[in-house]
Parts: sequence; structure tokens; C-alpha cells
Amino acid sequence: MRIGVFVCQCGTNIAGTVDTEAVARDALRHPEVVYATSYMYTCSEPGQQQIQRAIEEQDLQGVVVAACSPRMHEPTFRRAVEKAGLNRYMFEMANIREHVSWISNDRAANTLKAADLVQMAVAKLRFNHPLFSSQVPINKRVMVIGGGVAGIQAALDCADGGLEVVMVERQPSIGGKMAKLDKTFPTVDCSSCILGPKMVDVVQKENIRLYAGSEVESVSGYIGNFTVQIRKKTTYVDWSLCTGCGLCMEKCPSRKVPDHFNEDLGNTRAISIPFPQAIPKKAAIDKEYCRQFSKGKCGVCKKICPVGAIDFDMEDEFISEEVGAVIVATGFDLFDHSVYGEYGGGRFPDVISGLQYERILSASGPFGGHIQRPSDGREPKNIVFIACVGSRDASVGRPYCSGVCCMYIAKQAILTRDHLPDANCYVFYMDIRSPGKNYDEFVRRAQEEYGVHYIRGRVGKIYPKNDHLIVQGADTLLGAQVEVEADLVVLATGIEAAAGAKELAEKLRISYDLHGFYMESHPKLRPVETNTAGVYLAGVCQGPKDIPSSVAQGSAAAAKVQALFYRDTIETSPQVALVNERACVACGKCIQVCPFGAIQWKQLRGGVQKAEVLASVCQGCGLCNATCPPKAVQLQHCTDSQILAEIDVLCA
Amino acid sequence: MGKTDSPTEKRALTIIGFLCNWCSYGGADTAGVCRFKQPTDLRVIRVPCTGRMDPLFIARALILGADGVLVSGCHPRDCHYAVGNLYARRRLEILKRMLPFMGIHADRFHYTWVSASEGQRWQQVVTEFSEQVGGLGPNPGVTSFHTGNREEL
Repeated sequence: MRIGVFVCQCGTNIAGTVDTEAVARDALRHPEVVYATSYMYTCSEPGQQQIQRAIEEQDLQGVVVAACSPRMHEPTFRRAVEKAGLNRYMFEMANIREHVSWISNDRAANTLKAADLVQMAVAKLRFNHPLFSSQVPINKRVMVIGGGVAGIQAALDCADGGLEVVMVERQPSIGGKMAKLDKTFPTVDCSSCILGPKMVDVVQKENIRLYAGSEVESVSGYIGNFTVQIRKKTTYVDWSLCTGCGLCMEKCPSRKVPDHFNEDLGNTRAISIPFPQAIPKKAAIDKEYCRQFSKGKCGVCKKICPVGAIDFDMEDEFISEEVGAVIVATGFDLFDHSVYGEYGGGRFPDVISGLQYERILSASGPFGGHIQRPSDGREPKNIVFIACVGSRDASVGRPYCSGVCCMYIAKQAILTRDHLPDANCYVFYMDIRSPGKNYDEFVRRAQEEYGVHYIRGRVGKIYPKNDHLIVQGADTLLGAQVEVEADLVVLATGIEAAAGAKELAEKLRISYDLHGFYMESHPKLRPVETNTAGVYLAGVCQGPKDIPSSVAQGSAAAAKVQALFYRDTIETSPQVALVNERACVACGKCIQVCPFGAIQWKQLRGGVQKAEVLASVCQGCGLCNATCPPKAVQLQHCTDSQILAEIDVLCA
Repeated sequence: MGKTDSPTEKRALTIIGFLCNWCSYGGADTAGVCRFKQPTDLRVIRVPCTGRMDPLFIARALILGADGVLVSGCHPRDCHYAVGNLYARRRLEILKRMLPFMGIHADRFHYTWVSASEGQRWQQVVTEFSEQVGGLGPNPGVTSFHTGNREEL
């Protein structure tokens, strides 16, 4: 094989700690390497042209590029060699940037390591064969998991493009966290007024099918053809009949049910519609509090319901949906501030979370929008806000910034001063983080126009005294201790990954980080894609972000799906397993281990049977290859010969 | 990591790392992007999944004289192919226990899990394993088992 080696300098990223000329010279030691050179930026247009010219002039049959990670530019270079007439699989990459130049400053050792990696790539390339992909049809339906603002945006954008959308929401209503907010920063416009119409659009669009109160049970298949099992959790109310009139809720005798929509600040009934603007506006029974279930008799709702929608014998329902792509927009949960003993550990009723205060401010909240203390209903005079509760604190395992708390405190302080002009607002903060359009101006308005007292420092202790809460903290700018006699303390509780995020990731086969946020394919250049083709991310499930960013990512995910669905078929990777029938002993072990059911029996003449790989189903993991006793199944492009060639050249 | 600062040192050890494409290869990339300094003896071979690992690859490398072999994949339950790493865990654990019978010190082989976001963990894994293999010194070869040099065991 006539092989060409191209060593990238990546400016000084590689050349700074690797002698790229020496690596190129060393590559020529291999008898089949007929051309080797080093270039400033191999991925640039002149860099790619250099490869294409060399393929033509040197009559190359295979190309090795030593540069960055193949996870970065393998597709780029494969296209480049293909343009010059080579099969795109007659190409190998040696990662001499992420795995060499960036992790050590030892030039001699780095150069040696880079040369080794090039020799390994050459050794593997010698066993490469041209491979050709095939086409499979795309099912042009998309599933959106999560009906918060990011998911709603993604679903509406997809539906506007004419796609059929399946939306799955865990809660009985869509709307997510944004539906609980009173106002949004920095415009202070009403949250439910801007979200409400979008929620209505979701049910009114004929091409969106909504499963509320439902969860994803399992996912199988691959890009273009996923099968998703949905568990529709029982509500004991037949939603096809329920009109959302609310009679049942009015008459229900079980009245001491914590209202989760109001962050447990008020009570609701055992049968309830989560909130007035709920979509779908349907009632659901909370089995834990329903007297029919706990005492075995009641049935008031069943008697009163004018359409006879109540059914106490209802069970979970399972539905299967076929889709071609999945957008994950599962959002977040709030940090549980009770781990902070110094803030009362959740024992003081007047030390509340940011979202609870949001419900208090809301006109549809537990107190009708009137600011009062949860403990005694008194109007607070002094309100203290504490920033970074469960953010930027490694001691509680939350070293990251939640990104929105500085802004929502400023907004809540402004709203407080609007509602109660005589009240004093104090904000204890570490740093003010307000990078966003009109964000810093907004915080300044809180300080200057609304007279909110900003104190830079942490709070060390909160304790009750008489009817008040004494907040002890430091003012690090003055270098003094501060004590505020507060009536109400609002903790700016941070964002954490949604409960069940990891389990869903395992079903979708996507990765998550240390804190449970889903991993994007590339932190800068592929922020919406995951490493599982056909699965996209939107909103806070990928990392803390505010509403505009969540909406933008929702639209971006929708655009990615539209781009995918623009074609009728999708190219499958030819890096799949292949059975050598002459070597196959028909033991069936590969069929047993394949996680995708991609291998089946093939009947030959005379009753002989052999294993056969369904190329369109095979995902290319190579488990069968490692399992096969006579090594009759070989994973293309990663065969035993290829791996052994790499080992041998290194151990030679 | 003091070793890597010496500019003249040649490859003292041959350590092969088999990394799955989805998690650990990404983790090693993340470590690189974050400029987490690591010993330079490791040479990485990319495999789609640790389930692709035939234990014979590792045995062969060690028989041919590699001083250490590291296999790293996705954390159990987080496999891109659902179950590949669970098969790998069984196979590699058995291999690890068999190595001494082949005259190879079990500490020359290590398998672990590093996700694509765990750059820092990757740095730690590489550093510790390189030190562990460095402590054992060059692989005396399996032939030494028969020639009576059994000190390594």
C-alpha cells in the first residue's frame, strides 16, 4: 500500500511541544510510507488541498493524518480524501494533540510518542478496506421529552415545519418551571402571559400528540428509527371524557393535600387540576390522599362528575411510539436547601426557596399575589435574599454556578419593592453574575432605582428571635459583621439535574456529567447534539441556563431535527460486524450477546445454518467479535488484525 | 509527574491503553483540552466499546513485552451500547486473575471506567497506573517464568 502521512502543527498547539518535522521523517521509516510532511494547519483548505494533491501526485492508496482528536476532525479528513478519489475508510488519524502535545511539555517524550502513534495508525491502515454505506429510510416523526419552555419551543418549531411531534411530559400539565414563575427578568413581563399561548398552541396543533403525566419507559432502535415505550401513569380520571370543569375539585372532602404546583405552600384537594392555566386542563387523583383509596369509601367526585370520567380501577397504560429523532428537554430540579444547617436546615417556615417566593409573588399563587409570611400571614417589613445556596459550593457537591439566581434575586427584590414600597430588601451575595442582554443594567436598577441593599458576603447563621429571624453575616467590603432582623428570608436555591435524569440517560444511551447534566457532543461546536446520533438536547437538562438560552436551544434542536428529516433516507455507518460464513461454526453466541438483536440465523442449502448480521440494525460495538470463538464475526474497520497490528508495532 | 519534565528521557515503559470511543476516549480528550498534565508512556488504541476487547489482545500485548495495559470504558449502566462494558467487566476480571498463571504480574493490567466528562479522573487514572507500572519496572517477559526468574510474582 502506498501511504501518505500528514503531520499537523496546529499552529503551535502541536508544534509547541512536538517536533512535527521529526515525526514526519520518522514515518518514512515504514517501507510503505512513500510521502510524509508536516503542515501548519492540516484541517484548513490549503492543508486539505495538500493531502488531495499528494494523493494524486504520489498515487497514494491510504492516508494518515496526525493531528487533533478523531472525535473532532475525522469526518473532515474523510471527506477530503474522498474528494481526491480515495474511499473514505482508507484513512486513519493519530491523535497527537489532546493525547500528546497538550498533556506534557516534554518535547523529546512527546515527539517519540507522536511518532509511535503515527506508526500505529500506519500499521492499522495497512489492513483497511474500502467500505460503502447503505441507506435506510427515516421515520419523520420526532419525540420531545419534557414539556417545559425548551421542549415546547422545540415541539412548536418542529410542528411548524410540518413534522409530526410526540411530546411526553412527566407532570400532569406541561409548562415546566417557567409556568411557576411570576415574572421574568430583565423585562419583568408576566411569565404565564408569554408562556400560556405557547402551551395552548401545543394542544391546538394537530400534528402534536401530547402525553402528559407520562414517562419514557424504554427506548430501542437508532437514528431514523427509534421505538419508544411510554408509560401513561394512571390518573383515575378518563381524560378523553374530562372537561376540566373543576366540580370534582370543589367537592372533594380531602382538603389537606400539599400543593406541589405552589411548592407546598398551600393546600389543594386529592383530586385536582394542577393550576388554572394547565395544559391539558384535566383532573387527576392523588392516590395517597384520596379517601376512596385510603378509607375505601367516598366516591364524591365520581358522583358529582357530570361526564362520568372518574374510574377508580384505572391502571397505568403502555403506549409504543415510533419516531426518527428524540429531543430531550427534561429540565431541572431545585437544590434542597435543608442541607444547610446554618440556614435552619428547612426548619423555619419563613426561610423559603426562590421558587416558593416566586409562587408567593404570583397572582395565581397561594396568597393571591399578596406578599406574606408562610408562618403567620403577616406582611414582611425586612426581607433578606441569600445568593448561591447550592451553587458555587463544593462542600455540598455543587461547585458550578446556577447562572440564573443573581438575576432572579434582583427581579424578586424589585417586585418586592413594587408590591411593598416600605419594605427593606437585603441581598447577601458572593459576586453578581449578570452576563446577558440588559442583565447588568437590570441589577443596577435594583440597587440604584429600587434601593435594594446589596451586601457582599456570606451568611453564617440564621436563628429565630421573638417573631423575627436574625440573619448574621459578613460584609467583606466593609470588613464588618452584619446582623439583619428579617421577617422573611429567601434563599436563592440553585439548579440541579432533574430527578431521574441519569435513568433516562441510560435508556437513551447518552452520557451525563458528574452532576447529572447531559453531555453535548462538543462543548463549543456541537452544543445541541449528543454522542448518540438522532438524540438532541434542549434547555437546562444540558446545563444551567436562563429562559432565552433554553428557548434558543429548543429552536436549535428543532432545526437539527428538520435538517436530519430533510432527506428521506439516512446513510448508515458501514463500520458494522460481518460474518465469514466459512469460519462460522453456528454456535449462536453472537446472537445471544448482541444488545440490538442485529444477528440472526441464515438458512443455507442442505439445512446448514450460519449467523448473519443485519447491517442496518448493527451499531458496531464489536461485542460479537470479541465473543465469537473462531473469530468468524469481524467488526469492519476495527478487525482483530487491525487491533493486533497496532499492538504488534508498539511491542516490536 | 516529575518524570515527564526530563527532556532527554526515552520511552522507558510501553503502556497500551484501550479506550472506548464514547466515554474514556472522550475523557482523555477532555483531559487534553483542559491541559491536565500526564505521564507520556501511554499509547492509546481506540475501540468502539470495551465489549470489543478480546482478553487475548491484552494477553498478547503483555506476552510481546508491553509493560502495562490499561482498559477504560463507560461507567457500568452508562454504556453507549447498553451492556458492552458489563461483558467487558466479567471478561477482564477473569483475565486479571489469570495473568499470574501466565507469569505476568497482575498489576501490569488495570481496567476502569472514565466518562467523557471526567478529564480530571482520567489524569488521575493515567498517573496512578503509570506509577504502578513504573514501580514494577520493565516487563521481564513471560520466558523468565520458565528460566527461574520468578521474583516478580
